[in-house]
Amino acid sequence: MATPPESVPVPPVPGRPARVRGPAQDVAGLGIGRAVGFLAPALLLIGAFLVFPAIWTIYIGITNYRLTGVEAVSPSIVGLSNYTRALNDALFHNALWLTLLFVLGSAIIGQNILGFALAWTMRRARPAVRRTVEALVLLAWILPSTVVAYLWIAFFDRDTGTLNSILGTQGTAWLIDYPMVCLVLFNTWRGTAFSMMLYSSALQAVPPSQLESARMVGASGWQTLRDIVFPHIRGHVLTNTLLISLWTANDFSPFLLTKGGPNHESETVPVYIYNVALQGGELGYSSAISFLLLIANLLVALLYLRLLRRRS
Amino acid sequence: MRRIPPLFRLAVLGSAASVLLTGCLGSSDSGSGDQDTSRNADAKKVELVIGANSVKGGKNAAGAEFTEDVLIPKFVEAQKAKGVDVTVKFQGDGSDDEVYKQKLALGLSNKTGPDLINVDGIWVGEFAQAGYLKPLSDTVGDAAKVDGWDGWKQIPDSVQQLGMFDGKRYGVPGGTDGRVLYFNKKLFAQAGLPADWQPKSWDDVTAAGQALKKLPGVTPIQINAGTAMGEATTMQGILPLLVGTGATINADGKWLGNTPQLRQVLDFYKSIYGTGLGDPVLQREAKGRDKSFAQFAANKIGILLEGDYFWRSVVEPKAGVAKMADRDTAVGYALIPANRPGGGVKGQDFVSMSGGGATAINPNTKFPQQAWELLEFMNSAEMVKAGLNGAAKITQRTDVNAEVLAGDPMLNFVATKVLPLTQYRPGLAEYPRVSAALQQATADVIGGKSTDAAAKGYQTAVEAAAGSKDKVTSN
Repeated sequence: MATPPESVPVPPVPGRPARVRGPAQDVAGLGIGRAVGFLAPALLLIGAFLVFPAIWTIYIGITNYRLTGVEAVSPSIVGLSNYTRALNDALFHNALWLTLLFVLGSAIIGQNILGFALAWTMRRARPAVRRTVEALVLLAWILPSTVVAYLWIAFFDRDTGTLNSILGTQGTAWLIDYPMVCLVLFNTWRGTAFSMMLYSSALQAVPPSQLESARMVGASGWQTLRDIVFPHIRGHVLTNTLLISLWTANDFSPFLLTKGGPNHESETVPVYIYNVALQGGELGYSSAISFLLLIANLLVALLYLRLLRRRS
Repeated sequence: MRRIPPLFRLAVLGSAASVLLTGCLGSSDSGSGDQDTSRNADAKKVELVIGANSVKGGKNAAGAEFTEDVLIPKFVEAQKAKGVDVTVKFQGDGSDDEVYKQKLALGLSNKTGPDLINVDGIWVGEFAQAGYLKPLSDTVGDAAKVDGWDGWKQIPDSVQQLGMFDGKRYGVPGGTDGRVLYFNKKLFAQAGLPADWQPKSWDDVTAAGQALKKLPGVTPIQINAGTAMGEATTMQGILPLLVGTGATINADGKWLGNTPQLRQVLDFYKSIYGTGLGDPVLQREAKGRDKSFAQFAANKIGILLEGDYFWRSVVEPKAGVAKMADRDTAVGYALIPANRPGGGVKGQDFVSMSGGGATAINPNTKFPQQAWELLEFMNSAEMVKAGLNGAAKITQRTDVNAEVLAGDPMLNFVATKVLPLTQYRPGLAEYPRVSAALQQATADVIGGKSTDAAAKGYQTAVEAAAGSKDKVTSN
């Protein structure tokens, strides 16, 4: 222990060294107070717009709160009866099933495959062609939903619809007779841009030398995809599938096309929640269902994090 | 180790949030009940907003035009003479009634919304129960002032009911209406049917339908069904048929359940939509009612059950949403028959249903006194007459009706032939939910379910709406 050469008081070190635990703990050297200060605005926003509404939803979900009538003034706590009702509600089961079909058809199969196919074929295309195709696909993605919904209603319309004119099937009410098929087509068209872009950049990660070798040994297109391309982009496929599945499951734009109709035949869970809450005025019950949807989302997100961690 | 674990962070935020939300839900019943009703009574600068489901160039355009171009300027002028600077805005809407109602309910539940609100008579009950609307005398604070208004004497009791709940006045009704069977005389002539057609039973209606079915590209009969049309299905479909079986939706304190009369109505739907007399797809479309209007105007629908609104605002040659230049000669109208002569409610041969809206004062208005003045002004004989602008409509005021209805044979027909036979919906808070259950039952039938299955589903739904089995009839 060396004593200071002189008994001059040591000047105070900025950042109060006694409490600094080392570079690994506090790289920025902010100290806890300032770090919290920096974080606070973000946390407040998350708290106000994410955590609070979620908790509020849980709370309303255990009441019989309604939009109008006596229960709008004095709702009472009904415990878990909204949840038990949901478990026995044929319309809720119907909504879950339709959501599953919607996700499977338009996201997992539709957007994934179409997005990949576009990315794969456009990779070698002339830049002008590629840019045009990309612009068109992107346009479908960035247009406002209301505009897009209007265009699709016009496309599917029974009396003067474009589709009927093309196919010569005058009088076929596509949105009434095949509502889910229409929604799957619509959403595939609508959301493919994201998958296309993600796969385009993922394909850059495939070493050209390997593709070249595959060609040299005479591998077929499918073999190249399976043995060379796929192993390189597996992580991207996973990320993409999970993200678009979550988005699709929570997507409300089906409402703009069919309002869940005819007679609940295209009522996915988000649309069902809206119809129960506002058409039926049952805010309590719809909150309970919203909470179930939230849980399902969290589970999928957890699964996703798990899988990602395992990969790395 | 001072790193805050993420879970802990979440918990802190969570508990902070739950502290915030304790006792927020529905607690605010105090509202304007405790507010000073004379607030801003002497204000020299007043701002009022009128809200209604009508919009220039769209739905109920005439109403919006009148409010914006005549009513508001006149009121502003009258107030200016008293030294008060009033600004009145019109907040128009052009949406489906259900959507408009949701918007109102959401606004009122957050203590906002227009100062004067146009509501359908059947919403008054549930809005009143929710505390969204208060009796006029509570909001204005002076029962003598409200009940002493001389306009009440001109409004028949049955029409006053449209703005009442539990024996209290919540709003001033804006007239009433009646339902008839409209038919296209041009198509009738082609099918060899008379131009002065008046069916005497449901069989007569289907027989005319069979004759019309032979015309190519024509849907013989369209009677509103399904959930997409909302209350239009109930008012222009189920209820007129139901009273034709001798039953009403609520009698002796009990709601109609799965009874033979209900099944007769559903069977009639089945006989129309299951045999190609009606177009079931139209009833399932999201915009089906608007399409039914357009198709009738395009001579593609033979018979359509609608209210006088259809005559005044839909096929009206100048401002209708589906104009028919030859309306006066091409569109016929007939009383709605009971299922068989004498089989209707009260033993009637013919039946109808009526409804109507009312204008209420938002209890949260900043200017309750001025809002009442505007409401009085709006319903004065002078303004009610001005609102017609030469056209006829069954207004709330008998003095005005006596003058104007003679000019329009169709409206005169409704006033003299239909209104004496008509029925009103019960002004009970449960009604909209029962109505939704009825709509679902017709949706099931036209979607292919059996009458029995649909009626059973209805029974379950109506019991839930009524609150208990004892409040529902069945057999």
